[in-house]
Amino acid sequence: MHFDLANIQDILSNQDPRLTERLAQEAARITRQYFGRAISLYAPLYISNYCSCFCTYCGFNNHNHIPRLKLTADQIEQEMQKIAQSGIENILILTGESYQMTPLSYLKETVLISKKYFSSTALEIHPLEEEEYRELYLAGADSVTLYQETYNRSRYAEVHLAGKKKDYDFRYQAPERIARAGFRQISLGILLGISDLAEDLFALFSHLRHMEQTFPGVEYSLSFPRLRQIKGKDLSLSRIDDISFIKTICLARISFPRIGINLSTRESPTLRDHAIELGVTRISAGSNTSVGGYSTADPERQNPQFDIADSRSVPEMLRMLKDRRFDPVLTDWRRIDNT
Amino acid sequence: MMTVQNDNLIIAGKTFTSRFLLGTGKFSSKTALAESIAASNSEIVTVALRRIDIDRHEENIIQYIPKNVTLLVNTSGARNAKEALRIAHLARESGCGNWIKVEVINDSKYLLPDNAETVKATELLVKEGFIVLPYMSPDLYIARELVAAGAATIMPLGSPIGSNKGLKTKELIQILINEIDIPIIVDAGLGAPSQAAEAMEMGADAVLVNTAVATAGKPQLIAQAFAEAVKAGRLAYLSGLPLEKISAEASSPLTGFLYE
Amino acid sequence: MKLTLNGKSKEIMDSSTLAAVVRDHCQNPEHVVAELNGSIIGRALWENTVLKENDRLELVSFVGGG
Repeated sequence: MHFDLANIQDILSNQDPRLTERLAQEAARITRQYFGRAISLYAPLYISNYCSCFCTYCGFNNHNHIPRLKLTADQIEQEMQKIAQSGIENILILTGESYQMTPLSYLKETVLISKKYFSSTALEIHPLEEEEYRELYLAGADSVTLYQETYNRSRYAEVHLAGKKKDYDFRYQAPERIARAGFRQISLGILLGISDLAEDLFALFSHLRHMEQTFPGVEYSLSFPRLRQIKGKDLSLSRIDDISFIKTICLARISFPRIGINLSTRESPTLRDHAIELGVTRISAGSNTSVGGYSTADPERQNPQFDIADSRSVPEMLRMLKDRRFDPVLTDWRRIDNT
Repeated sequence: MMTVQNDNLIIAGKTFTSRFLLGTGKFSSKTALAESIAASNSEIVTVALRRIDIDRHEENIIQYIPKNVTLLVNTSGARNAKEALRIAHLARESGCGNWIKVEVINDSKYLLPDNAETVKATELLVKEGFIVLPYMSPDLYIARELVAAGAATIMPLGSPIGSNKGLKTKELIQILINEIDIPIIVDAGLGAPSQAAEAMEMGADAVLVNTAVATAGKPQLIAQAFAEAVKAGRLAYLSGLPLEKISAEASSPLTGFLYE
Repeated sequence: MKLTLNGKSKEIMDSSTLAAVVRDHCQNPEHVVAELNGSIIGRALWENTVLKENDRLELVSFVGGG
């Protein structure tokens, strides 16, 4: 079932709670049919907050005066050990967008370490060239996450004021480079709160359709990070309310029955616990969004990319999932060498 | 009554208002054929190439097909790509255009097309400048190969030729409609106008019918019925609101928490 | 002389042209395509194509089909 822009606009602006409920019921039905009650768990690991870009909505932007950190190989290994101890098998490695401070060699080294501790390594990093992506894939990375943030070109230019990120097309075309490099999993997304939601949702769906048709062998997932507060400061540009957020997840599930839908700890426990009933299939647990945050005990010394709303640990998440009759999946594959 | 503007069928750059293609085999008489074409306003018609009967001097079927109708010559008789090419060359020599329906069948029991040979034939014929409309068993991988080879449309079968069983391959055809960007023409097996409407409601771009019209008691009448069914199905498809298809099932509420 | 026409053995006059054979056997020559010994012979060449003993000639045209 594919929605055009007018459908999406109608659905989002419709105030009737019964419509919301119908969407949710359909999304829930489809999710149960294609995923059963399996929910995958992952943890994010920020290894560097150096950034050469100025994105007006992000805590890491290069105009923000925060202590800049980049973990050494030993420190990365230490963070990974801590995360692995909690049982997590899927790791998402994140960096700010700095080609200089976190070059390919650094990323490759990180992936090689990650292979020792995790079944699956995902990367959320600055857009690269196809050859660079291929090196990371052959080193053992399995998945790349890359959000266009907004598909509205003029809005994109308004919020991305410096650095390579200003290049809309380089970013837009990156998923194709990622697929050609051999990656079998790609995650796309938009940042809710930057631009018109209906338009961005429609554009995101179109982008995903295009990728599905061009690279049908890749597994896709979607994320809908909602701009939130950072250390109490609200950096969002417009409010996307919970109802619209839930409708967004439902629309994604109904439009694409088999794709994964991720939900980070930007969202509250209540919302997350409900969202897994109607479309979300991958959630983070025990998260820390500061560089070196897993090993650093003192919260005052941390500078997160976003404030965490759901601080439940991995055991707490597993318990919640089991109580709600979900089937928590820490890993659903075993490593083989990427060729 | 509303008419939808600009909902034309475009194949290889040529525009057609009718989405109903008619096959010309098995008619009891050539007059019946001519009347059926007229009654259905079909703009694309398939024909085959055969040895002429040198002992009987028969009228050529071409005389019964209006000049403005596009002739789609099929490669029926071909059991492999090589034979399909030979027939295509003969067809082009006739001077009636370069549209070819690739039909490669090496199965006399079910008349199912050989998808692999169809891909081969399509690749070669496209390179030679033919406008190729391949007839195939619905298969997404094959369809993608045909698109890559340069086919002008895809013609998946609804059910075996002549069986009149309707859309037995419905789910697979729906997948092709969802995933393939070039026109999808459902061909073979459509036995009733309602089945043609069903194919159009699913989003098919056109249908091709032969046996159901040619062997009917009143071919002219059923040809008209098919044409109207195709139009109705198309309108239904164009008007469809996805929301209406969402069924509300009684089950515990999922979104109450948003409104508390 | 003998040749094979559409798979059947036929006796025709010596030095017959392709054009003549077509005229003798087809009601509507304008839509006929000729294939001689495996090669298509263009219409323009029919008058000048002289048939020989044991030639294999195929004359095809359109018939009804799906």
